[in-house]
Amino acid sequence: MATKDNSEKSVEKNENEIALRETEGMSQGQIILRRFVRHKAAMTSVIALLFIVLFSYSASGIHLGSTENKISVPGWWPYTIDQIDTEGAIQSICSNGIPGCPTLDVLPEFIDGTGMQIGAHPLGMDNLGTDYFALVVRGAEQSIMVMLIVGGLGVAIGTAIGAIAGFYGGIVDAVLMRLTDMFLVMPTLVIGAVIGFRFGNLGIVPLAVMLGLFAWMGLARFVRTEFLTLREREFVDAARVAGASDRRIIFKHILPNAIGVIIVAGTLLMSGAILTESALSYLGFGVRSPDVSLGLLISKYQDVFSVSPWLFWWPGLFIISIALCVNFIGDGLRDAFDPRQKRRISLKERLQAREMKAKA
Amino acid sequence: MMMLIVFGASYLAYNLQALSSNPLAAYAESTEENKEFLMNRAIRELNLDVPPPLRYFIWFRGFIAGLWGQFDLGKTRDGEMVLDAIGAAIPVTFRLVIASTILAIVLGITIGMVTAIRQYSRFDYTMTFISFLLFSLPIFWVAVLLKEYMAIGFNDFLMAPQIPIGFLIAFSVVGGFIMAGIMGGDRRRFLMVFTGVTVLNAALLQYLSVTSWFVNPGIGIIGVAVFAFGFSVLVTQISTGLDNRPSLISSLAAATIVVAGYFPLQMLMNSDASFLTVVGVFAITMGLSAVVGYFASNIDRRVNIRTAMLTALLATLPVILDRFMQEFSNYMNSDAIYQRPIPTLGQANDLLTEEQRANFWINGLDSIMHLILPTVALTLVSFAGYVRFSRGSLLEVLNMDYIRTARAKGLTERTVIVRHGLRNAMLPMTTILVNDFAGVIGGAIITESIFAWKGMGSLFNQAINSYDLNLFMGVFIIGASLTVIANLVSDLLYGVVDPRIRLRK
Repeated sequence: MATKDNSEKSVEKNENEIALRETEGMSQGQIILRRFVRHKAAMTSVIALLFIVLFSYSASGIHLGSTENKISVPGWWPYTIDQIDTEGAIQSICSNGIPGCPTLDVLPEFIDGTGMQIGAHPLGMDNLGTDYFALVVRGAEQSIMVMLIVGGLGVAIGTAIGAIAGFYGGIVDAVLMRLTDMFLVMPTLVIGAVIGFRFGNLGIVPLAVMLGLFAWMGLARFVRTEFLTLREREFVDAARVAGASDRRIIFKHILPNAIGVIIVAGTLLMSGAILTESALSYLGFGVRSPDVSLGLLISKYQDVFSVSPWLFWWPGLFIISIALCVNFIGDGLRDAFDPRQKRRISLKERLQAREMKAKA
Repeated sequence: MMMLIVFGASYLAYNLQALSSNPLAAYAESTEENKEFLMNRAIRELNLDVPPPLRYFIWFRGFIAGLWGQFDLGKTRDGEMVLDAIGAAIPVTFRLVIASTILAIVLGITIGMVTAIRQYSRFDYTMTFISFLLFSLPIFWVAVLLKEYMAIGFNDFLMAPQIPIGFLIAFSVVGGFIMAGIMGGDRRRFLMVFTGVTVLNAALLQYLSVTSWFVNPGIGIIGVAVFAFGFSVLVTQISTGLDNRPSLISSLAAATIVVAGYFPLQMLMNSDASFLTVVGVFAITMGLSAVVGYFASNIDRRVNIRTAMLTALLATLPVILDRFMQEFSNYMNSDAIYQRPIPTLGQANDLLTEEQRANFWINGLDSIMHLILPTVALTLVSFAGYVRFSRGSLLEVLNMDYIRTARAKGLTERTVIVRHGLRNAMLPMTTILVNDFAGVIGGAIITESIFAWKGMGSLFNQAINSYDLNLFMGVFIIGASLTVIANLVSDLLYGVVDPRIRLRK
């Protein structure tokens, strides 16, 4: 028993040595990047998200501005959201007699006998005969825009306020936190609805900016709590004794330790922003017709779920895949940023360590 | 201070809302002859000639009058008192969210803790993926699916309650996987637990299917006994460890009390019962258990009493549930239900007769049935957050030096994890829990709209759509006050539970 313990301990020691040797001569940034690249789920999500972003933006083009004065660059997809193709709808009638059935068929010929094809309207058409692919991709584009703007604004404001409040404490903390409380007592969806009711028809950017201005409070509180704990730690005292300025302590000593919290809360904020926007549009307080958003599409077609389910499935799948990717990336970033995070030692490395021990 | 925050927030919200809506828009488009008159009347009634930053104080006067007891939030545009409308809506919203909040917290924290303890296991990976997936689900999307498959599907299933074989196998395998993942251990143990639980699950489901349990459900005294003793072992194992004899004995005694009380309690829970009866039942079982815990041993009385009472609380739940189930066939066969018990919309069945309404159990069952879909939907989307958070928080704590010290002292793994790990991991959870409680109204807006409930959320929707500033402010002020109080509580709580945080130097 004792010998087994002993050997396990030395194996562990060897594993630590491997981990140390791996990171020899690398900067902190390189180590983090390396850890992140190794996170399979996160890397898959990065690729998937990039694909979704490029795909939807290039397919539908870029659209900004309100419904009255549009600024738009057309994409490669032949149909647009205000184009009606009645003939196509009649051509692709489902077996239950509903026009506008999806022409996408991923099953090869030997399973269902029709063969793989994309067809003219892969995701089908809505009840008017508008191409659904164009609608969904346009909605995805809007969601991504909201996510980026709200996330960026929220992280910037939240970190600044949380860091200042947590670090300086006292009266600064009290004032800033009461300000945060003031914003926090306004439930996001409530304020979002009010904002959306007014700004929803101006297009997605003003809506997203307004939402971003009301989305930083949770993050600020997280950052403040983290700063409160961190500023009591020994390394901050050490830095202070060494004569570091406040700015240096905040940026060089505390912020890097709090970055995990910021990133995680930031990604939660971003995926939350997608869900908030779609919820607002679902309720009719966000993006308004004739403009498109994923939430709006779901709310429009939820009642026809039993007859034409594709009108319901696709927007939902897009929301979920975007939010899922963002969440996984956040998880990978957190693991990468956390220096205490133990990496799982693979079987191969275990064997290597044993070999090294046998040689020694 | 709190008043100041509410004042600032409400001022901001009032002006935002006033700026974002135009209550006269409807008149501008109207073709009625007396539209000038209507418009002027609206302006006079709503004080629209006063600019919003000043108009706020007209509203605020009524609000601040609450200090001397003349609370007045004004009237809605339909002429109803805002206070009355809100008073009627709050209990509805509360009923909508309470079950799912508790379920989400309990399930989420449990699964989060287990995944942290079994980090990098198959179970961890699977649950991580599932929680991420659930986290990314829009609730309105889930709700449509639930309505289609859970409500309509289950109601159809009740017509011929035979569980299809494919579903039976899938369900059993998933159950087996979850249990085996929680138990952990090497491959052999995993397979053993997995096979055992899967077979047991399949057998149980088959039994339920053959006996048409779903049409005529019930737990019965045997089921209650299984649950009660299961809970007593579980509670003892987690709180004190099975080696603690007095604790185990008092917990088993508590379970015995509940089982022995099964038939006597049925007398108490007759058709004249009310909510107080249920409270009474809990009081009886928990009180008796506390007495047993007190006499179980001379030392550690507090621990024994706690264990016994917790066991009694959990073990009484199946008894109450069983009582509701006894009414199920009555409920289902009544004209109002017409054998389709799970509704997709609404908060209560209007077709129930007066007599049925008066019966606490049937009325309760009606509420439960209407709550099933919203509760499942809300739990699904909110529990993932708790899983992620409690997992991360426990992992962080388990990496601390004092955990190593605790292990080095030779404490059992249970003590290390529960007493040294869990307690510290729960610290950051307090903030989350309290804030989530305050976010109830925001969540209610969308849930109530999906499931057609008439609570705070639907009032809010009405307020926005009909430009009803008084109603909007009423709903807002309730939500804001809740959040302020919750924040205060979380600040105080954090200072109390974590002495490292010094709020004032």
